[in-house]
Amino acid sequence: MYAIIGLAIGIGLGILLQPSLPPQLQPYLPIAIVAALDAVFGGFRAYLDAVFDDKVFVVSFISNVLIAALIVWVGDLIGVGSQLSTAVVVVLGIRIFTNVAHIRRKLFHA
Amino acid sequence: MPEGPPTPPSRVADNAWARIRRDLTRPSRSQLLVAVVLLLFGFALTMQLSGGRDERYTNLRQDELVAMLDDVQAQARRLEGEINQLEGTRARLESGAESSAVARREALRRLDALELLGGTVPAQGPGIRVTITDPQGNLSPEILLNTVEELRDAGAEVMELDDRVRLVANSWFASVDGGLQADGVPLGDTIVLEAIGDPETLSEATRFRGGLVATIEGDRVGGTARVEKVDDLVIDAVVDPDEPRFARPA
Repeated sequence: MYAIIGLAIGIGLGILLQPSLPPQLQPYLPIAIVAALDAVFGGFRAYLDAVFDDKVFVVSFISNVLIAALIVWVGDLIGVGSQLSTAVVVVLGIRIFTNVAHIRRKLFHA
Repeated sequence: MPEGPPTPPSRVADNAWARIRRDLTRPSRSQLLVAVVLLLFGFALTMQLSGGRDERYTNLRQDELVAMLDDVQAQARRLEGEINQLEGTRARLESGAESSAVARREALRRLDALELLGGTVPAQGPGIRVTITDPQGNLSPEILLNTVEELRDAGAEVMELDDRVRLVANSWFASVDGGLQADGVPLGDTIVLEAIGDPETLSEATRFRGGLVATIEGDRVGGTARVEKVDDLVIDAVVDPDEPRFARPA
């Protein structure tokens, strides 16, 4: 319950404040969001498997975001930023699909 | 990343909905941490959605931007060339239209002059009206021809006899069966000659010694000639020019 409330408050704050990111961080935000999405679905899957742990979730969330941003940043430095961000999105996308498939099996037995 | 261990007992799957329902109605404290993390996630999500809308080029990389700039510059050069070409065309067309308008005005002006000279259009203007009466029938074609020539010398531009005969370059006078004819039209005892020109000069040209008035009122003819100046003479008679059979414009 608190989790849903927290998500709603975060979205509400974002809409109300209209925050703008410094331009240097702009390219990394989409990748960070995809990584966070992966962490959230992974957390939900663990919750359904009854192995959920808040500490693991928080650490995985933060490290996912940071590593995704780091990979793209390094890619930008060595000139393959767009290719690397594509790679990150593909990998995270595959994980998200796997997690969602698992969640679907748990909830709907299908 | 919390990786679930290999799915253990099916019991877990069976009461998954029950657990979700329980956690939604009676949340535990450990959910607070998750709530904070999800709050950050939602915040970032809206940041991206609201920021990405009006900045189309922020996510593009340097080389993409350079290529795009090149494209735009090439397009601008092409369009500038097109502008120059079209402006040149416009200037050419404008000068062409101007010269043809000048030629057209000139041609119209000459047409007016030639129409008056050829007698194909009615004319009006100041001039004189000469009324000649010849009760004894002594008037000869030569006298009339002399009169016309005198008036032409004095600057008569358009002339008419009896409101019927327009006097032009190939007009003729003749004596037929004792009566006078002008361009085939019989003239009576009283002849009215109208001429457009400077009234003073024209009336002087009829009065000099040995001129029209003197000739007609003299003993040989014994008629009368009355000259009046008219401010606005209207000459309606026109001639229908014949198509020349031999002459062609050179």
